Amino acid sequence: MPNNTFYNEILTEHNIRPFHKKKLENPDFTLEGVNPSCGDDIILALKVDDGIITDGAFEGDGCAISQASCDMMLDLIIGKPKEEALELADIFLRMIKSKITDEEKDRLEEAGILEDISHMPARVKCAVLGWHTMEEIFKGATEGSATTEDM
Amino acid sequence: MSIDVNAIRKDFPLINDEVAYLDNAATTQKPECVINAIADYYRTSNANPMRGLYKLSVAATDAYENARAKVASFINAKDPSEIIFTRNATESINLVAETYAKASLKQGDTILISIAEHHSNLLPWQKICAENGCKLKYIDTDDQGKITIEAFKEAVTPDVKFISITHVSNVLGTKNPVKEFAKIAHDNGAVILVDASQSVPHIKVNVSDIDCDFLVFSGHKIYAPMGIGALYGKKELLESMPPFLRGGEMIDYVTRDSATFTEVPHKFEAGTVNVEGAAGLAATIDYVNAIGMDEIAKREDMLTDIAFRKLSEVPHVKILGSSEASDHHGILTFVIEGVHPHDIAYIMDSDNVCVRAGHHCAQPLMKHLGVMSTTRASISFYNTEDEIERFVRSVAGIRSKMGYAE
Repeated sequence: MPNNTFYNEILTEHNIRPFHKKKLENPDFTLEGVNPSCGDDIILALKVDDGIITDGAFEGDGCAISQASCDMMLDLIIGKPKEEALELADIFLRMIKSKITDEEKDRLEEAGILEDISHMPARVKCAVLGWHTMEEIFKGATEGSATTEDM
Repeated sequence: MSIDVNAIRKDFPLINDEVAYLDNAATTQKPECVINAIADYYRTSNANPMRGLYKLSVAATDAYENARAKVASFINAKDPSEIIFTRNATESINLVAETYAKASLKQGDTILISIAEHHSNLLPWQKICAENGCKLKYIDTDDQGKITIEAFKEAVTPDVKFISITHVSNVLGTKNPVKEFAKIAHDNGAVILVDASQSVPHIKVNVSDIDCDFLVFSGHKIYAPMGIGALYGKKELLESMPPFLRGGEMIDYVTRDSATFTEVPHKFEAGTVNVEGAAGLAATIDYVNAIGMDEIAKREDMLTDIAFRKLSEVPHVKILGSSEASDHHGILTFVIEGVHPHDIAYIMDSDNVCVRAGHHCAQPLMKHLGVMSTTRASISFYNTEDEIERFVRSVAGIRSKMGYAE
């Protein structure tokens, strides 16, 4: 059974006061990620300099999980090489889909609080939206939109 | 005689004092008598119906045709042959679109629907418009979620040949004056279909009085099993229409190169039919008739009124549609400032209150109302005032759980 504690302070804080929810001037990459069935819609923008993610931001609307997850992701990946960001995305997606080690979870920092999403199939696509969109950006898509509907 | 709700609640195995089930517009819970009717059919009467060469097959046919007669009488159709069994309202609408509309609408004709239609009463018409070169025209709801008779009259221009409109909106709960709409349609030479998915379970629906050409509903929204629904059509229209699906007992005679089709309603019921569903639907009709549709409507209006008043008092909550409780017919769709509907439904689940969140299969309406998605509570006569209290309390606690100061 779900319980209210899932909506803890970390999650609600990232949702109500997302640090990275703003417009990014002159981004190198922008991609929209949407979950058509629930109306989560984010536009992820990243600045990448010499393979390092130097800045990032997002805009859009969606549930607390989609918004907070994207904000926590940006906390984590800004300042890191894109390869490491992709590695973290891989860990995050594995955490949501199945299991990860404690060491791997530590690397996700605050984003690790979303581990319990794996028990809530209807919310999985909300949690992975930002991460999936970031993956799509680095897999070569620089325009158009990403979707997690088929996950 | 008013409803003894404690006795009624014991009829429904999934209705209890732990969980407040307020998603009745999506599907209703099933009473024991309906569950038993399905089992009884398989225990006493199962065979392939319509073939009738032995007693058991006759019993299966009787169960099925008895259900058809019950549905006809329930909605006051002139004859049981005006009732076609389908899987649900969606299939009923698709049937009319793919037979009547496909065969009779031409380039330059207009199909009129309202902005408040469920996708099931929109997508089939988009397809026919694309295939037949027709225009799809929308009539908007006003700021109270209503379509006035005057606005409807204005929308029914001479090019409008087909109108498909909901009786009660699955999002706003508003009831359209479909009897008046049917008269306007007919005065203009148009054919009208009424989507009664959200009205048949809650109010007495009388097709002869409405004088609509087609009317559709789903069994599962009126305490019957999933997978059984009905299409009512005026006999002369049904007779003029080509078949929908082909195969099984819908033929008269088949040669290597051609076939002739049997009479309505069987012409539209290809393949082995859903007798258990029909038996369940028949049991449902007996059940609600024993309680009385007027009593059901009265109790649901009373609960809606309480829910509307209490929900209106919760800060940061906005109820969509009419500002009068009596316009809502058991459906309260709302938004909470700063909280996404999926978070709302999820938190309410942890309070053991079941509500629906999302676009309610009505994305054009959501856009018209200027919202991305919403939360909906929908009431049945088996709900209680205590459940309404718990629902409102749960809504009132959501913003603080989401980290807002007040």
